[in-house]
Amino acid sequence: MDSALIARSVRRCSFGRFALWLAPWLGVLGVGAWALWLCLRYGLYQTNMDNRYVFGLWIFLDLSIIALGAGAFFTGFLLYVMKKRELKAVIGSAVVLGFICYSAAMALLAVDVGQPLRAWFTYWHPNAHSMLTEVTFCITCYLTVLLIEYVPVILKTRKLRQIPAYAVFEWELHKLVPVFALIGTLLSFFHQGSLGGLFGVLRGRPFAFREGFALWPSTFFLFILSAAAVGPSFILLTTWTVEKLTGRRLVKDDVYRLLCKVSGWLLLTYVGAKAVDTMIWINATAPRAGFEAYNFYLQKPFGPGTLMVEVLLLGLLPALLLLRGAKEGGLAMINGAALACAGIVLNRFVMTIQTLALPTLPFDRFLWYVPSWQENAAFGAMLAYGVIVYSFSYRYLILFPQEKELSRHVS
Amino acid sequence: MKPKRYGMVIDVDRCYGCGACMVACAVENNVPPPQSSASARTGITPMRVSEARNGKAFPESELAFIPMMCQQCGEHTPCVSVCPQLAVDVDPNTGIVSQIPERCLGCRYCMAACPYHARYFNWWDPQWPAGMERTLNPEVAPRMRGVVEKCRFCHGRLQAAQSKAAAAGHKDIDPADYVPACAEACPTGAIQFGDLLDAGSDVAQAAKGPNTFRLLEKIGTDSHVHYVSKREWVRDMGGAAKGVKHG
Repeated sequence: MDSALIARSVRRCSFGRFALWLAPWLGVLGVGAWALWLCLRYGLYQTNMDNRYVFGLWIFLDLSIIALGAGAFFTGFLLYVMKKRELKAVIGSAVVLGFICYSAAMALLAVDVGQPLRAWFTYWHPNAHSMLTEVTFCITCYLTVLLIEYVPVILKTRKLRQIPAYAVFEWELHKLVPVFALIGTLLSFFHQGSLGGLFGVLRGRPFAFREGFALWPSTFFLFILSAAAVGPSFILLTTWTVEKLTGRRLVKDDVYRLLCKVSGWLLLTYVGAKAVDTMIWINATAPRAGFEAYNFYLQKPFGPGTLMVEVLLLGLLPALLLLRGAKEGGLAMINGAALACAGIVLNRFVMTIQTLALPTLPFDRFLWYVPSWQENAAFGAMLAYGVIVYSFSYRYLILFPQEKELSRHVS
Repeated sequence: MKPKRYGMVIDVDRCYGCGACMVACAVENNVPPPQSSASARTGITPMRVSEARNGKAFPESELAFIPMMCQQCGEHTPCVSVCPQLAVDVDPNTGIVSQIPERCLGCRYCMAACPYHARYFNWWDPQWPAGMERTLNPEVAPRMRGVVEKCRFCHGRLQAAQSKAAAAGHKDIDPADYVPACAEACPTGAIQFGDLLDAGSDVAQAAKGPNTFRLLEKIGTDSHVHYVSKREWVRDMGGAAKGVKHG
């Protein structure tokens, strides 16, 4: 039915099967769209957020998907700046994933603020001291860059290439992609960092507050490092998942191993930096604000185990697994990447939810928060949106240039 | 006009938790009646009386009521630096931390930044039952859904006092003309209000008393709300979130 739209060099499943795959995701998207409408129409009381949990599930997930989407900027950086040519095999997929993650995060943010129509005020009345201003500027600019990077991938499709003007435009745009990759890297570096800075600057939240360098608290740098470390793992994991789901080989082993190696070494560096930062916070920063760090871990369910899991089980262990996977491949590689992704999600959870959960006043109590169905459904919609956009991209665009060569080997 | 630092001194030992200050605050500032599904965690209480216990068993157990509002931080004002679109500011002439609802994005970053949990979000559209809108205070604009609000030391009253002084040809207001609703309503006189820079004022002298403390003082926010208590365990709360069992 749609075979004329699919690239000649690759094989795809029938349209009926593709539609069957999309159907449940469209259902999830529909329910989520309804939940988002309820929030926009009636107000944010539809969520279970309150005056203590002012950021809920959405901000935690926003931070998580943006961290995972860092694979886009970092793969671009490695390919175009560090000249790691092997990564050309995954750059298309990385750009699509980055676009999905950033656009989904922005869509959720638009509903999460109380007055979304005033979003442009940040450009009109910007507070240069606010990390959120930095976040807003970087996220909007970077999403534009991702869109520009996405366009050449779309223009390479079979039908669009037949239009000469598009082919010329794609060729000219393609020449500029390294420039955009560099701009994107810079923007994304700042964006990832300012997301960390959002919480690190909170003097009134001693659990999150960190000293730093110049304007930026240490969390600014830790967020950049952790996102750069885990981004390649996420690219690795999604590529491997698509291979398993489609039953086709998409990239060569050396690409996997390079992603593994980069991710492993960066994660190891991050774990070291995180350990040093935690020690400084325990011994200097928190006591200076009048808090003993161990008090933060007396609040159930956030015991010291959370910190241990974050640093050791989902930090050090995946770093070692990834480094082993870089040599041997196999399960060590996949498990390492999966644990690394889980680690960054836990880190973002700690920085958002745990920070807000811990009382600061001596007479305040620890309070629970359970997201409403609307919050869960809205997140489900973002997930479904990602799957749908990626599925279309995989079906009609050339996300993995090595696929053709590898499928020829198989046949 | 001489710059002022408006502040409060609250005698915790005099407060018995009647909540008159909370009611007066809500009426003065046009806080809408809560929706049926609102809770203590989603309601708007710019003045909130919290409860603290000393954590001991009877007969040593003791209770204290802590009236909490925006502490009008003077240094490192946490909410001001984080607002992305300058909807929060400190008035250099009064030291009062202002909030511009018409410019607020409703991102709630200021709420996350406030260590005193003294900021509130309008989760619902404000609604008054038919007829009740006639009780609204014409000096104060109601806030819309999706914005943050807080105690501004009854800013409407300050403006009224300034207008009165200007009409009389005076540069400075008469201190008697500007008293926030909570201080006025407190039946035990637990809340003293005034200019902390006016060394001769009762509030400035009370703030320097031996039994005063400020909440989370080590964070360095230089809050303009002081508390006073003769009980040591109450004063210890000024230090940090430690040593006192939560109520």
